[in-house]
Amino acid sequence: MHETMVAQSLFEVILAESRKQNARPVSAKISCGAFDAVNDEVLSFAFDAIAKDTACEGMKLEIEHKPLKGHCKSCDKIFEFELSSPKCSDCGGDFEILPDEPLLLETVAFESED
Amino acid sequence: MYNVDIGKKILSANEEFALKNRHFLAEKKKLCLNMISSPGSGKTTILARTVTELKGRLKIGVIEGDIQTEIDAKRIRAAGAVAVQIETGGSCHLSAAQVSGVLEKFPVDEVDVIIIENVGNLVCPSAFEIGESGKIAVLSVAEGDDKPIKYPALFAKAKVLLINKTDMLAKGASEDFDIERVKADAYKLNKDIEIFPVSAKTGDGMSQWCDWLVNAVEKLKSD
Repeated sequence: MHETMVAQSLFEVILAESRKQNARPVSAKISCGAFDAVNDEVLSFAFDAIAKDTACEGMKLEIEHKPLKGHCKSCDKIFEFELSSPKCSDCGGDFEILPDEPLLLETVAFESED
Repeated sequence: MYNVDIGKKILSANEEFALKNRHFLAEKKKLCLNMISSPGSGKTTILARTVTELKGRLKIGVIEGDIQTEIDAKRIRAAGAVAVQIETGGSCHLSAAQVSGVLEKFPVDEVDVIIIENVGNLVCPSAFEIGESGKIAVLSVAEGDDKPIKYPALFAKAKVLLINKTDMLAKGASEDFDIERVKADAYKLNKDIEIFPVSAKTGDGMSQWCDWLVNAVEKLKSD
């Protein structure tokens, strides 16, 4: 549900960049961490609704979900894990969760002037 | 077509307000807790009972977040604490900007701790920092013991987990709710989480949670 606010913030950043570039944005690459709880379909749907009748209309969003990483205290390994099975992939030992990846707008693709 | 690298945090506008709130509260040495749970887990009942039990020991200020109505703020005021209501008008979580607006007029100097009761929702509020010192998760017996595994983000981030409505366990709900499973799953996600089983209705377990709160305020003041 909070994807609407994410979409609104995303739209504002892209629109500002589009004015700076004086070009029409075509697509954007976004990355997010596991705790951001971003659903691709919901975010794209909200973005489409907000972008309608603006320079951003019809843009495609590519969303990359970065896995959580843990640092094992027993074997010192840094590993990726799913929240549904939180344990060290090697020794199954006690570990600390490393900081989650932020919700980031990585790149925006713009139409070239012909 | 050409690509432009942006590398900007999408929620940076919210984060700037969260940082502003955090600095403001740190300067005043006030503990600020962000209470998050599903609707109906008993957040407001816990807060009202906490205010009553700590009368004379701790002055609590409450910021209430709801989609609409001032029902919750009125309940907290009736218990004897200062409370300000934020009506989000549909938003599923409180934003740092909304909290910032309230903090400007809140009698911060008159309270020892500010507890912000977020909009009832187990998912969205945990993704938005509002300037808190820590998050308090509330899970009630009626919701089921599988919630930490199904909605892990909040439990992984929270400082404290209050397992509420433990009076229901005594009435036979314990067959469906394994409190040890909740504790084990929460510790797996977050080894430092403090867990207090409470019943805000009967008062059972409330003194341990209240003592934690008093100690947390004392610790911040002496730091």
